[in-house]
Amino acid sequence: MVEEKKFISGNDAVAFGVRLARPHVISAYPITPQTVAVERLSEMVEDGSLKADFMHVESEHSAISAAMGVSVVGARVFTATSSQGLLYMSEGLFYAAGGRFPIVMMNANRSLALPWSIYGDQSDSLSQLNSGWIQVYVEDAQEVLDMIIQAYRIAEDPTVLTPFMVNLDGFLLTHTYEPVSIPDQAGVDAFLPAFSTHNKISLEKPLNMGFSTTPQDNLEYKYQQHKAMLDSVEVIQKTDSEFAERFGRKYGGLVEEYFCNDAEVILITLGSVTGTARVVVDRLRETGRRVGLLKIRYMRPFPVNEVNRVCGTVKRVGIIDRDISFGYEGTVFTNVNSALSRLSNSPETVNFVCGLGGRDIAKEDLEGMFLQLLDGSGSGEMERVQFIGMRVSINDR
Amino acid sequence: MKNRPGITKWERPSHIDDYPVGPSFAAGHLVTMNAAWRTFRPVIDLEKCTGCYRCYLVCPDGVIFKKEDKVDIDLDFCKGCGVCSYECRVDAIEMIKESGK
Repeated sequence: MVEEKKFISGNDAVAFGVRLARPHVISAYPITPQTVAVERLSEMVEDGSLKADFMHVESEHSAISAAMGVSVVGARVFTATSSQGLLYMSEGLFYAAGGRFPIVMMNANRSLALPWSIYGDQSDSLSQLNSGWIQVYVEDAQEVLDMIIQAYRIAEDPTVLTPFMVNLDGFLLTHTYEPVSIPDQAGVDAFLPAFSTHNKISLEKPLNMGFSTTPQDNLEYKYQQHKAMLDSVEVIQKTDSEFAERFGRKYGGLVEEYFCNDAEVILITLGSVTGTARVVVDRLRETGRRVGLLKIRYMRPFPVNEVNRVCGTVKRVGIIDRDISFGYEGTVFTNVNSALSRLSNSPETVNFVCGLGGRDIAKEDLEGMFLQLLDGSGSGEMERVQFIGMRVSINDR
Repeated sequence: MKNRPGITKWERPSHIDDYPVGPSFAAGHLVTMNAAWRTFRPVIDLEKCTGCYRCYLVCPDGVIFKKEDKVDIDLDFCKGCGVCSYECRVDAIEMIKESGK
């Protein structure tokens, strides 16, 4: 099996992945920095290489509504958005998850207004963790292509039937170029069977879909959703292994560990900053410092066991958050701490809030974080929630 | 052969697997009468009725059914909206005030 290699952007890679997954319908509204992905898909539909219906919807709310309509007839659909668009379709996200529609969506991580910003951070998708969607965060263009394909298989699994959000960093990944291997269509067809579900309308078996509940039954439906998300962990691991077998690329499932085995301190990352952090880990390891990196891939379902296994015995854990829950702490930090609280002995944790609104996270910033984790703050307690890379001085609290 | 769904006895679920996956269920599943707020009841004069089926087509609740070349109304589910009476071209349907039974 020969894979074609192309020098493409993250947005291009999304389009290549979607075409291979053979959706019946694309229903998406353009928004920076996702636009190019959707434009590529429209070009593919136009030149006939992608046999799908391309719906022109008038907003993101319509995009997700139309996507649900497609799913309701048992067809495979793709949509994409970012930031304000994701929030515009927010009620639809909960709707789709509750309706058990296996929609796959690419979300280009972008900052949320106000202040209005087109640049990247992860506040958009992290603010929607409760919506009931499976959420994965990719590190590069190759991973986004591969994850689009895996997403359909996981989402459409009859024990899962949950919509799937593939997140990639706005501009950092959507607009940068790298060599990407494009799997062959035959290989993908063998890996990803045609979509088949009972959760659809038909003339043979008419269904009343999307009904309301009284307090008598609501909890049970929510429990089902919750259980399906927990059950998806097994499907995620299996899909990751089978993808590796067939296409030769293994991502590790819910998390990926980098030099964690004998690490004294660990940094937890989401998305493209992982790539930068790997270089810093290598550099510091050369100087004899035992640092490790834990890449969280899936934020939902959350990798409780993996986080506890990897971080349980280290001295300190730093968690990078490219978002902030105002008045408290970063979202990834909250999630990690909740997991660690199940341990009788858990490490000290520090939140590094950085990279908001497109601000760069430099190797020097990451090195500083590792050194702080290793050496502590010197005098007294380390500040638990730290804003990295502030360009001005602030008043003491 | 029945040409409309009837009321079925419904056992409340006792196990989570008794629930359908997602809030959906076979169409035409009726477990209880639903006509309690009806104020006016449609009455069809079968002498005037021509069997054109216009009322059958326009009823928003689908409670008018075909019966021996003409129509009848399922009063277990009729809400008394009066669309059938309004739309009947030969004025065969009259809306009578419910006596308050």
